[in-house]
Order: sequence, then structure tokens, then C-alpha cells
Amino acid sequence: MMYTAEMLKVFAQHRGDAIVISGRGGKHWMEISDTVMDLPLGDPAMGGHSGFGLGLALAQPDKRVVLFDSEGDILMSMGQLPTIAEQAPANFYHFILDNEVYATTGGQPVPNSKNVDYAMIAKGAGYPRAFNFSELDEFSKALPDILAKPGPVFVSLKVWPEVENTPIGQRVRWRKKGADKVVSDLRSALGTT
Amino acid sequence: MTEAAALSPETVMRQMKQNGVTDIVWLPDSETNWLYLLMKADPDLRLVGVTREGHACSIAAGLYAGGKKPMMLIQNTGMMESGDSIRGWLMGLKVPIVLMVGYRGYTRHGVNTDTAATYTERFLMAFGIPFYLVENDGDSDRISIAFKEAEKIQGPIVVLVGDEYHGFNR
Repeated sequence: MMYTAEMLKVFAQHRGDAIVISGRGGKHWMEISDTVMDLPLGDPAMGGHSGFGLGLALAQPDKRVVLFDSEGDILMSMGQLPTIAEQAPANFYHFILDNEVYATTGGQPVPNSKNVDYAMIAKGAGYPRAFNFSELDEFSKALPDILAKPGPVFVSLKVWPEVENTPIGQRVRWRKKGADKVVSDLRSALGTT
Repeated sequence: MTEAAALSPETVMRQMKQNGVTDIVWLPDSETNWLYLLMKADPDLRLVGVTREGHACSIAAGLYAGGKKPMMLIQNTGMMESGDSIRGWLMGLKVPIVLMVGYRGYTRHGVNTDTAATYTERFLMAFGIPFYLVENDGDSDRISIAFKEAEKIQGPIVVLVGDEYHGFNR
């Protein structure tokens, strides 16, 4: 298992000019990088981040798009994987944070949490490359090569759960702007508006 | 009085081109094959097939975020299943987009016997999504109106296809 914050610090060293959809790692990523090319969307609707990443990668083929998805999202929308594999955007790098639980609802385990092989599922859906990592050292060594080669690539990372039990209404909001503003700022920066 | 021609796939394609659509995110409904063949033959149009209609919403949102002009093509059954994705990814991110939605069960005349049709307009009204009904080629300018309105409200507009492209329900 690795800590999400530490893993993201390792990733940051290799990020380059990629657009980063911080997904389930958003709170930690915001402390590392908070530019218009960082997209803390929060959770518009669970299971959709992979689709958003696909769409953005297809629309901006000259930019690398990196997504930090989760196993809960993948389980909810497993059918996105063949769509991504079929479209095969070479600039799409799809990471998932697998903490084995629904952390924001109190830490209940996802179905069959200990036994799902997400890289195998991605490979089965047609991703040309897919990996599982549970240790930060191994991931750190492999990451440069993963990012140097074309996507789509799927990387499942075992991370420690950071369980939230505070009632939603009492949680401190970490995002500085709404998801619609994140998107409109990106479009302005890309010169597409 | 002459009856307007049934809604042809060529007319729908013309509307897509006139309105600058770059990507079709879609899941086939019962009678879209003729339109599919036309879309597939167009080198300027990218087709993104999905396995469940709700997935189309986040894909379309990503395409829009990256500067493209997507359109969704789904059936009313899938639209209802997609409620939370429409809310979160299209309305929440203020994506101006037209959804062409096959109106399964719609009958202009007579008694409706399909609950897919029963709940379609109620669903749209509950979400506050404006919609237009297109039954034949004579109605096709409503598709362009829908595109303009989507830009105006920065959100989704639905075009209900009452004819499923060639009179399937009549």
C-alpha cells in the first residue's frame, strides 16, 4: 500500500506539461499544483471521470491527459473501459487509486475488494498496457517508462484509505472553484472559447 | 393537404453539419442504423460508441472541455437511466449540447402503451431541460433551434425524435 499524497509527489516529478484530472486525489494534488491545467472537478457524478478523461484526450491529442480515477468509479462504470480502448487515445494515462473502500462514505468495502484485478480487467477490455502496483518504490521506478510510451495505459495503485466520517454538511470544502469554472478556465487557456 | 416527408437520416446529418458537430457520442436505438451508416462514412465526424447512455455525458463533457462540439444520440430509456450523469456532467459543468433522443413508445395518435414514452416528457420537465419534438423532415429546423438554445442556456437541450428516422412507430 502507498499513501496517495506521497505517490502524487512522485508523479509530480514526471508530470511535464500534462493536463491533470486529479479526481480522487484532488485534495492532495491541489497542494502540489493548482494551475489552469489542473482540473479538480470534485465528483460531478460518480463513475464519469474516465469518460471525461477520454473526451478531453480525444479533443486535445497533442497534450498528455492524466487522470487519477478510483476503483469505486471503475466498478460503477466498467463499460467505459472498452470505449476508451476502442478510441485508443495515445495521450491518455489512466491511473486509479484503489483503496478497497468507499472512503467518503465511511469506509465500507467495495464489492470483492481484496480480489479484483483491475489491470487484468483493463487488459481484457482492450487497453494495450495495464499495470498493478502496491508499493511506492516499484511504482517510482516504473513511472518514467509508463509515461514515456504512448497510451492508453491503465495503472492501478493500491493506496491507504483516508476514511471520512464527518457528516457531509460539516466537511471543509477544499476546492476553490466550481467544476464549471474549472472547465471554462481550461477552455480559455486552450484558446477554444 | 400533403403530409410532410418522414424524418430522413440525411436531414439529421445535414443539421449536424450545419451546426458544426465534431463528435457523436452514442448508443444505438432501435432504428438508427441508416443514420449510423451515414455518420460512419463521414470522415469529419468522430463516432464514440458507449455501452451505457450515462457514460456519454461525461465523454461529451470532456470533448467540450477540450474545445470540440459533441452531440449525443441515445434513446429515451437510456436518457432516464442517465439522470445523475446529465445532472452532474452536463448541467453541472454547463455543457451546451444537443441530445437527440429516440422517443420510444411515442404515438401521435391513440393510446400510449409503453411506459418509456409515459415518463419521457415528465423526466425532462422534472430536470428543467427544454425539449423539442421532431417527427418529420418538416420539423428539422427545430434541431438548429435546439443548438442555438443550448449555447444560450449553456446546458443540454433535448430533441425528441418521435419518428425514429423512418416512421417506425406509425
